[in-house]
Amino acid sequence: MIVANKKPVGEIIEYVKDCNKILVLGCNECVTVCEAGGKKEVGVLASALRIYFANQGKDVAIAERTLERQCDHEYLEEIRDIADQYDAVVSLACGVGIQFTAEKYHSIPVYPGVNTCFMGATEQRGLWVERCQACGTCVLAYTGGICPISRCAKRILNGPCGGSSKGSCEINKEIPCAWQLIIDRLKALDRLDLYEKLFQIKDWSTDRAGGPRKVKREDVQI
Amino acid sequence: MSAKTPSTLEKVMAAGHLGVTSECGPPRGSDPETIKHKAELLRGYVDAVNVTDNQTSVVRTSSLATCIHLKLMGIEPVLQMVTRDRNRIALQSDILGAASFDVNNVLCLSGDHQSFGDNPQGQNVHDLDSMQLVWTVRKMRDEGKFLGGDEIKRPPKMFVGAAANPFADPFEIRVMRLAKKIEAGAEFIQTQCIYNLDKFEEWIRQARDRGLTEKTYIMAGVTPLKSAGMAKYMKNRVPGMDVPDEVVKRMADTPKDKQAEEGVNICVETIQRLKEIDGVKGFHIMAIEWEEKVPEIVKRAGLYPRPQID
Repeated sequence: MIVANKKPVGEIIEYVKDCNKILVLGCNECVTVCEAGGKKEVGVLASALRIYFANQGKDVAIAERTLERQCDHEYLEEIRDIADQYDAVVSLACGVGIQFTAEKYHSIPVYPGVNTCFMGATEQRGLWVERCQACGTCVLAYTGGICPISRCAKRILNGPCGGSSKGSCEINKEIPCAWQLIIDRLKALDRLDLYEKLFQIKDWSTDRAGGPRKVKREDVQI
Repeated sequence: MSAKTPSTLEKVMAAGHLGVTSECGPPRGSDPETIKHKAELLRGYVDAVNVTDNQTSVVRTSSLATCIHLKLMGIEPVLQMVTRDRNRIALQSDILGAASFDVNNVLCLSGDHQSFGDNPQGQNVHDLDSMQLVWTVRKMRDEGKFLGGDEIKRPPKMFVGAAANPFADPFEIRVMRLAKKIEAGAEFIQTQCIYNLDKFEEWIRQARDRGLTEKTYIMAGVTPLKSAGMAKYMKNRVPGMDVPDEVVKRMADTPKDKQAEEGVNICVETIQRLKEIDGVKGFHIMAIEWEEKVPEIVKRAGLYPRPQID
């Protein structure tokens, strides 16, 4: 999933302090799972904003709504009838949802309520960890299912670097060395022969380097 | 192995002599006198001088510009290049720039992570990794071609090196990793500073068993300890460094005013023991901000005078 983290309320207040009618818009997908932008967080942020404006002596209406997704036209259409009532939307979706909402409702300011962090998994309650950077050319078949692009601080394809120490990355002891994990896994799979193979220079044109990307599938287009 | 480039360092080792390199860290400013002063201290005592590339991710005068200063002084430089700060376009371009001044040695590294330096908020590049950079320089030299496939007019003639850390984790793949670097095209290897000789001997024995010591020149890295504090720091704080307790104790048991001398003694003894090891083809003496000690170390270790190669 896409993992996001709540923005400080003070930062959000800066965006909307001059508004009179605000819609706090959540998303029921990834940001709900990572507890940054689902129905619960929409309620918490809306309450915080109400308290702030009450303390300011300002009469500001704060509405709450959580869509199934903000990255799909059909769900975003659900607020078509009411969108015009608001002079600001605070979207708690990931950066994709925030932008899609802004694109759809062109004349209403849409502000981010979260910082979108990475693609990751829930390692334990309250702990989300990065697992993929969408480089566009997956190498997991050769690395024991562990990604050196997203999990090595230097994205090294022929690792580990000299900074691998007792299984940890040199930049932080709490970060496991991706190449230690890869070697351990290849050993468990009896495939250390894959480690011996020199990784060729990577084509990064499918990564961010190639500019904004798209996947076009004519076979499923209507 | 016979010499394939005009590199003095390569010729010395190809002729069967032990090669000697040291290093010179560029200054945090643009005064060329600092560089020239350091280089003069090393003149005649080493075959080539490594010039570090923004080591520990702290901004300094560029390695390439410093190499040119050395070259113009008649001192042979080893251009260190890290893959942290430049993509494949910039790396190939700088290789050509160095070659245009006949810089004949390059050492390919990934570089310390930028979080250790003075710009921890910066991006890192790592378009290539260190092995892929080795491969790139070899392709440029041997095939006379850019990565993009176009022909290079007057290709670089560089002796291509890489680093190896016999002490980093996981130990079991250290030799496999060396084999990969050699496969990528590394013609010489400079190792991490050696204090744990037993572990180094085990590593080079494994390398010998795989025939790797016949395929590349392994230059054993040494660094004289200045103080007991430095020994402790390197043991406890520097990732991938292996300083045995007895070395720390020997430094700590020495009176403070004699510790620097003792550090040099340990360094000289280390070189003497390493000279006996089959597969060691030279020494890389990294006297960090202590270049003035290199002549003494080279002389006392029996590595002086340096062989004269045409």
